[in-house]
Amino acid sequence: MAQALAGQLLVGLINGSFYALLSLGLAIIFGLLNVVNFAHGAQYMMGAFAAWMGLTYLGISYWWALLLAPAAVGLLGVAVERLLLRRLYGLDNLYGLLLTFGLALVAEGLFHQAYGNSGNPYPVPELLRGGVRLGFMFLPLYRIWVVVVAIAVCGASWFVIERTALGAYLRAGTENPKLLQAFGVNVPLMFTITYGFGVALAAFAGVMAAPVYQVQPLMGSSIIIVVFAVVVIGGMGSILGSIVTGLGLGLVEGLTKYLYPEASSVVVFVVMAIVLLVRPAGLFGRER
Amino acid sequence: MSARAIRTWAWIAMIAIGLVAPYLVYPVFAMNVLCLALFASAFNLLLGYAGLLSFGHAAFLGAAAYVTGWALRDAGLPTELGVLAGTAVATALGAVFGALAIRRSGIYFAMITLGFAQLVYFLVVQMPWTGGEDGLQGIPRGKALGLIPLDRPYTAYYFVFVGFLAGFWLLHRTIRSPFGHVLRAIRENEPRALSLGYDVSRYKLLAFVLSAALSGLAGSLKAVVLQFASLSDVHWHRSGEVVLMTLLGGMGTVLGPSVGALVVLTLENQLADFGSWVTVITGAVFVASVISFRRGIVGEVRDMVRRSFIGGQVS
Amino acid sequence: MHRMLRCAVPLVSLAVALRAPAAEPKLSDGVVKIGVLTDMTGYYSDLAGPGSVLAAQMAVADFGGKMLGKPIQVISADHQLKADVASNIARKWFDQEQVDVIVDLVSSSTAGAVMPVAAEKKRITLLSGPGTTAFTGDKCTPYNVHWTYNNWALANGTGREVVKQGGDTWFFVTADYVFGRSLEEDTAKVVKAAGGKVLGYARHPSPGTTDFSSYLLQAQASGAKIIGLANAGGDTVNCIKQAAEFGVTPKQTLAGLLVFITDVNALGLDAAKGLYLTTAFYWDMNDETRKWSKRFFEKHKKMPTMVQAGVYSSILHYLKAVQAAGTDDADAVMAKMKATPVNDFFAKNATIGPDGLLRHDMYLAQVKAPSDSKYPWDYYKIVQTIPAAQAFPSVEQQKCPLAVKK
Repeated sequence: MAQALAGQLLVGLINGSFYALLSLGLAIIFGLLNVVNFAHGAQYMMGAFAAWMGLTYLGISYWWALLLAPAAVGLLGVAVERLLLRRLYGLDNLYGLLLTFGLALVAEGLFHQAYGNSGNPYPVPELLRGGVRLGFMFLPLYRIWVVVVAIAVCGASWFVIERTALGAYLRAGTENPKLLQAFGVNVPLMFTITYGFGVALAAFAGVMAAPVYQVQPLMGSSIIIVVFAVVVIGGMGSILGSIVTGLGLGLVEGLTKYLYPEASSVVVFVVMAIVLLVRPAGLFGRER
Repeated sequence: MSARAIRTWAWIAMIAIGLVAPYLVYPVFAMNVLCLALFASAFNLLLGYAGLLSFGHAAFLGAAAYVTGWALRDAGLPTELGVLAGTAVATALGAVFGALAIRRSGIYFAMITLGFAQLVYFLVVQMPWTGGEDGLQGIPRGKALGLIPLDRPYTAYYFVFVGFLAGFWLLHRTIRSPFGHVLRAIRENEPRALSLGYDVSRYKLLAFVLSAALSGLAGSLKAVVLQFASLSDVHWHRSGEVVLMTLLGGMGTVLGPSVGALVVLTLENQLADFGSWVTVITGAVFVASVISFRRGIVGEVRDMVRRSFIGGQVS
Repeated sequence: MHRMLRCAVPLVSLAVALRAPAAEPKLSDGVVKIGVLTDMTGYYSDLAGPGSVLAAQMAVADFGGKMLGKPIQVISADHQLKADVASNIARKWFDQEQVDVIVDLVSSSTAGAVMPVAAEKKRITLLSGPGTTAFTGDKCTPYNVHWTYNNWALANGTGREVVKQGGDTWFFVTADYVFGRSLEEDTAKVVKAAGGKVLGYARHPSPGTTDFSSYLLQAQASGAKIIGLANAGGDTVNCIKQAAEFGVTPKQTLAGLLVFITDVNALGLDAAKGLYLTTAFYWDMNDETRKWSKRFFEKHKKMPTMVQAGVYSSILHYLKAVQAAGTDDADAVMAKMKATPVNDFFAKNATIGPDGLLRHDMYLAQVKAPSDSKYPWDYYKIVQTIPAAQAFPSVEQQKCPLAVKK
């Protein structure tokens, strides 16, 4: 019994890593740009597709895809920010949400039109095949890799934002962009890079997800509302909050799948409702 | 032309078009438009006038649809009572969700409503009487006033039209009442409204409940028209769809959401053969509306009219 | 009265929804119009979708393309697996486009929505793909034929035959909605009746689950010899893939309760080898099936699934019945269809019962290992042929009110 539970929690941790990676990108974009990036799920999907297309049409391996796919999708993000998002900064952040929602529909519709919804398989890279035989379960190597990378990337991002000078500028920019600009910092460029980075993070998660889940156009739309809930629970501006909540939610979901699996897709919302009623700004958030 | 005269003409035009619509287009399509127009108008009360974006309004539409369906099919209630039952349940849900959600604002408010809607979705999937994936099928239309059978498309249409007019009229009165003005004041400057002594929370809650109730009415009517309730009525895509209709038609205008509903449904209908292009075009319209068309169709028209007829009098 | 009015009022530009020319008040008897209502872009688009449309066109062409001198028309639409969309399209097709028969439908919820509409308007539905056994039981209509398979056949085929092969302890991974749960219940009953034991089940939300590792771990912990997958489409594919990934197979064997050859193709033999499944059709069974399938493959580039083969067979039978009856009036055609046995590459000497169920042979298959596969699409080994009488429930068992006349 304890063994089975341990197995479930471990699996939950793996899923939590995806949640953490994805919510990190969302939290960065919201925390620093005050934009609710509804296109995050679609950008995650595009990252997975970029990896798959790279492999199928160009023979690009998984390892290169880890670098190239986020770069490609990140560039798209930069274009979106420059051409579209920028115009909405002065307005209610409702409009940013609606814009990115519309962009998500466009991206998903285009991919759906081109590839249908039956899913494209993406092979686990040679190096990471096979697994480790733990006492209570067989843990595929690739899943271990996911957890390690997710924690590393999340940790590095958190460090950069909270502990370095660059991060300090970014944080200052959200508090008072005009003042920062007066100090000579190119704030618009900073915003562009930030959005691009958040999008690249989503695409990176997509590449990581490709060998695990099927690569299909709606893969983002099913995960995006869960990720939003994670960010809200963690506190919309808090990087650390998203990471911790993402991992935590993975564990909670794993537990739910063991005890009452039918509810596993809804448990996040129950948690969110409870948290928001008790701690309105989220677990780690600050009121803005 | 005074504003009042314009409004009267608009009402007359709307009723006239509504009366002949089933002869011009496929009646079931027209009924669908009416239901979703009411839904969007109810949603607009919250978004356009109170300034609250709810991402979970499908919960009210869908819950009412299912309850009405069950009432008419399994409990054998007459049509009017079934519709009333559905609306009542939606109102109750609105009261509960609203009380909890309005403590927060902005994106948090939107997320809480989304969360609650997901809970409703989950319940609908799990409960045996809703039919799960199959939906609640074969809802009888019954008889209006216990006398007039609603099986024929034309009679059913006029029944729905009456329901639509009733709901729409209620919304219109609310918007133009002092209550509506206070809502607008809250949307524009909440701290000031507070400082003026208004119980802002109570106003928001009332608006939320009213919006939920009329969304429920729309859902109940829809169940009667289409003769079934399905999961897509409670899915968050439906919540997104109503935001689009309102935005496209014009937030904060009375007729906007209805126009938006008509446009969106027509688009979906015409593009149905093209598979996923519907999604792409819907998304593109969303993007275009947000970037350069924020006032929506009716909003733009109204502005054009105002600019042409400055001062209110036309020669 | 309103029909005359409708013809009299000119169609204004507002009438965007009305796409047919000036409304013809009655069903035109000269033209047979077939509507293929399927999932073109979603989870089932590979196993039905455009392939079903192709199968329909092949059936029409093989019949001769014309009925009573006029060309037979085939139109298609995408119901996106949504019951309300299907119902709306069906209604529009019947009311405005003079469609005589709707085929495929592929999912139980869409079929359940369209059947009553068709019955109300006295048009025929030929189901190839939906599984709900009740469609020829308490939900039967006089204008429906359930062609390719139903859940009972799958449950009995896979359940009973696998237990006979030695797989007597089961654990279910079930899609938590009506289809999955009924498939699980039916199969569990059969397994127990055949002397097996059900050790447990895990029900996952569907759609929306992409990671099945938790459920597979539970299955692994149970120690059951057979893991029954009471789900379909992407869920099944993911389960099989992840079962291989987590080392659950090959120690335990998977039994897919609803698996199509396109799923196996998507997975690859490495992941799917050893999987048990019941099917109504396999392209490589005999010369007749091979000949037809190769024709299909030339246009579609994938081998046909049982759903697509069923669409062909059902339409051909329908057209023959219309010709024999001399009319496309639904009552006459249904009577002819039930009176004539079906004899083509899909089914031999199969009959449509008074409840609308086509009783034909089914086959228990096992997916080959990569080493045993000699050419592309050489995926299945047919382990057992299940004769029609055992493959499907009897008329008495179905209890369709139309059939129980005594």
